[in-house]
Order: sequence, then C-alpha cells, then structure tokens
Amino acid sequence: MLTTRRVDAYHALTVVAPGIAERFRPGHFVGVAVGGAQTSMLTRRAFSVHDVKPDYGGTVEFVFTVRGPGTAWLAERRARDTLDLVGPLGRPFPLPRDPVTCVLVGGEYGSATLFPVADALQQRGCRVDFVLGAISADRVFGALRARRMGETTTLTTEDGSVGMRGRVTDVLPGVIADVRADAVYACGPMPMLRGVTAVAVEFDIPVQVAVEEQMACGTGVCMTCVLPVIGDDGVTRMVRSCVEGPVFRGERVRFDDVGTIPFDALGAPGGGTRNAG
Amino acid sequence: MPVDMRTYLGHVELINPITTAAGCAASGSELSQFFDLGRIGALTTRSITMAPRAGRPTPRMAETPSGMLNAIGLQGPGVDAFLERELPWLDQRGVKTVVSIAGGTVAEYTALARRLTDAPGVSAVEVNLSCPNIEDRGRVFARDGAASAEVIASVRSVMRYDVPVVAKLSPDVMDIVSVARACVDAGADALSMINNPLGMSIDTEAMRPSLAAVTGGLSGPAIRPLAVRCVWQVHAALPSVPVIGMGGVLTGRDAFELILAGACVVAVGTALFHDPYACLRILRELEELLAARGFHRLADAVGLAHRPPGAATRHRTDLEESSL
Repeated sequence: MLTTRRVDAYHALTVVAPGIAERFRPGHFVGVAVGGAQTSMLTRRAFSVHDVKPDYGGTVEFVFTVRGPGTAWLAERRARDTLDLVGPLGRPFPLPRDPVTCVLVGGEYGSATLFPVADALQQRGCRVDFVLGAISADRVFGALRARRMGETTTLTTEDGSVGMRGRVTDVLPGVIADVRADAVYACGPMPMLRGVTAVAVEFDIPVQVAVEEQMACGTGVCMTCVLPVIGDDGVTRMVRSCVEGPVFRGERVRFDDVGTIPFDALGAPGGGTRNAG
Repeated sequence: MPVDMRTYLGHVELINPITTAAGCAASGSELSQFFDLGRIGALTTRSITMAPRAGRPTPRMAETPSGMLNAIGLQGPGVDAFLERELPWLDQRGVKTVVSIAGGTVAEYTALARRLTDAPGVSAVEVNLSCPNIEDRGRVFARDGAASAEVIASVRSVMRYDVPVVAKLSPDVMDIVSVARACVDAGADALSMINNPLGMSIDTEAMRPSLAAVTGGLSGPAIRPLAVRCVWQVHAALPSVPVIGMGGVLTGRDAFELILAGACVVAVGTALFHDPYACLRILRELEELLAARGFHRLADAVGLAHRPPGAATRHRTDLEESSL
C-alpha cells in the first residue's frame, strides 16, 4: 500500500498492484480482504477502482466510506501496510466507437468509478459532462476533478449546501437536453440508478449503470449479489452483479424488483418454473 | 520425500484429498481463472435440481464472527442446462466431478440420479439431504434417518454401480451417528459432513432479520469444532466408511484436523469466497504439515486421533521397501 488520504467524507487508498493496474478497464472493481491474516471477517469488500497510474509498476486507487468494522479497519491502514486484493473483477463499461456526447452521473462516491470512464471516453474524442449528487457537500465525491475534466459539471445536494438543491434526477433531463447527450453512464445507490435509467429511457438514449450490490466473494462463486435482469432473449434471470455486472444496460435491470424474485424470473417459485429447460 | 496424497472415495481414486464444498464453486469455470481445477482431488458442483431455480431474494448473506450466514436457495440452471453445458465443460478438462443433487421428494432425487446415470464425467454423486421434504410437511430429510435412508436407497438403486453415492449429513440432528448408519445401511458408499447448521442474525439498525429468508446456513471457521465432532463420532462408529469432512477449513492445519478426526477427503467451502486460491494453498500446507510430522502417506493420518492413549503414531513401516 502506498498512500492513504481523506477526501471529504471518504477515504481513498492507493495500492501498488501492477497485475491489477495492467489489466484494468473502466468499471472494474477489486475485492479487498479486511482484518489482516487472522481476521474473523471472511467476506471481501468490493470497491470500484477510482484511478490507475503507471507509477511503481502500476498503482490502483479505490474510494470507500466507513460503514462497519471491515471498512473501519481499512480506514486505519497506513502507508507500507500490506493489503490483500483480488482483481480486476467484473465486466467493464462498454465504450462507444464514435465520438459522441456522454453524460456521467454519479451519486455519493459512485462517481469514483466514472473518472476512468471519462478518461477513456475523452481519449476516443467523446464530449463528457458530469452530474454529481449527494446528501450534502462533503459527500459529493470528485467535484473538482469533474469540473476539470467535463465540459459542464452540475452538482446537486439534498440540503442545498452545494450546487442545486435536489437530486441528480431533477437536473438530469435539463443536462441531457442542453448538451444533446447520446449516452448516459451512471454509478451510485440503487434508487438513483433507477431514476437515471427512467430519464434516459424517456430521452430514448442508451444508459449504462454500475450497480452496488452486497457481495461476499466478488468472483462469481457465492451467489450473494444477484438481481433480476432481463436477458437478450427477454427472459428475466437472477444474475450475479460481480461477474455478469456490475455494469448493466439500465433498461435491462428490473429496479422495482431488486430484493425480490419476480414471479416471471427463470426458476422462480411457482410460475417461473414453466420456463424449465 | 513427497507425501503420497492419493485418497479414495469409495473405489474412486483422487490425486489428493482436497475438493470444493457443494455450492462454493458455482459451475467451476469461475474458479478456473485462478487455478487449474485438475490439480485438486475433485470438484463438487452446486446442488443440481430438476428445474431451474431462481433462489431466494436478497439479502442472501450476512457476515458473522468468523463465518457467514447464507440463504441462497439452491439457485441453479436445472439438470438439463447442467448436463448440456456445465458437466461437459468439466469433463473436457478432465476434472473429477462430484455432482451434488437436491430434491423435494424421493422421486425427484431418483429422477435426478437417473438423468446422471448415463452422463459422462460423473465421478460420484453427493446427495444433499438438507432439503425440505414436500411429502412430509417440509421436514428436512437429513433430520430423519428413515427419510434419508429412503432417498439414499432409491438413488443407489438407479445409479451406475461404479459411481459412489455420498450422503451429505446435517449437524442439526439429535444423533448424527444414527442418521449416518441409516444412510450406510441404505447403500451410501461414503458420507460427507457437515452441511451448514441453521443460524440467524438480526440487523440492529433496521431491527429486522439480516437475511430476506430470516434464517440461513452458518458456515466458516465458526462451525469447525462442530464439524470435527461430527466426523469424529461418525468415524468412531463406522470406521470403514469414507468420510468427506467439511466445515470452516481455512488452512492446511484445519484440513489436517478433520483428517485426524477420520475424514479421508476434505472439502473447502467458505474459504473460497475469501481466497479463490484457497484449495491449492490448503493442499500445499497440508502436504508440508504431513511431511514435517514424518508421514509418507496421507492414508496413514486418517482417523489417527482415535488411537488409544499411549499408542504410537501408526506408521506403516511394514509396507516400506527394505534396503535388502
């Protein structure tokens, strides 16, 4: 581990991990073991990668907030400590072939994963605009960097402490219309992704969302992080957000049914089993 | 000198005693990006059901001290997709595969076994008995020796003679030895233990159960002493029956503990969520541990903790080649 810094209400850790940095694509995440060698916390914490740099053979930075004993332990790590990371994991964001205009929407520290996306988009000649939101000013992650990178940056806070008072979905239709956006990329809490997807569907433009589901392994073996997603064949399946995601086409995710097994999902109790075979 | 790590599940020879626990390796391909599956003794599949299953709603997992609770609900593609895609994939790579099966009735287990009979690449069948019996008001098969025996006898009768049938036992019973004995009498070639004991945790912020399914199976090192006790009791009562030991194995030392209690195969489960390389690491640690204690063969250590006090360790010097 290289450096640790506080960014507003969040912690950012930079780790020397050449193997992960080398294969990294925007949208990838890492699984971090917490508690040290004799830990009683067995599940890995999943964090999306905020930044990858070529220094020291390759470094990876991720952002998190303290939510429990695992992240509290992580927040206490100092330079030169060793961390156990697995990655890069998940399916990255698909990027457009043509130089189009993209709106990047981040809620809380979900915006962390959008900066590598913005980088990749700009390298392809895309125009990038940011919409970042959170409850309060100190919870908006990366506003400064967004202002530097994006053609425009719109901030929203629910308490009005910075930017517009309200939610990202309140300002998103205006931004999409103003910049004539061709695509939307979003990462943040599930209710926000649902709202962003609804707006994008309204404008009939593609929307890619990176979901944040609770995971245990991050590698596809534990079957913990499932959510109902409609496949190419129109059938809803309970898919793992760690290997089939975390990036999905927004309109394919059944946000209203997250946390349930929809009756028409493949293999659902009762009705769904008629899809057998 | 390298330790001879070969072991037998019934008459099926495994190159080493490490396997994955049912439901902890998904379809197998997920782990193959981390290590060559051919290097572990066997891979145990998730429990295969007749129809595809979507499983339980989320949240499905809650971390607990030195373990976790899970209520996945046997999410899986169903036997057709399993035979079409997952099993051939494993077979092509020469992975010894223990297929776990789960059902709601004796007939469903039997039908599953019949489907597996002609499928190439099935090294053994593990019968997940911790399923509610639809025909008996949802009472779990594994809690009742007679119900377990009925399933095992039926599966054994349709399964090919050269494919061992393994009964997976639950620790949530009054007397695990009597259930084990009933399964062996019904024709089980081997036993595996333990399945997850049932647990529960409550989110004190939301003041509701942490899991959508309310209760879930507890796994991880928290249950290892329970596993050691079950393996010990069953091996003491039925010393000739091969036992697959599992429950919170994180290190080679943990695997060795189960082997000393009487397991000849050790399954790694929750450890795979923490460390995708766990199987090979545990195998290496176990081999080093055996070598350090002067063992030439893994088989010599199986059940060794049962030797009477004062007895020497059971080194089979009589089998070694003499210098003459």
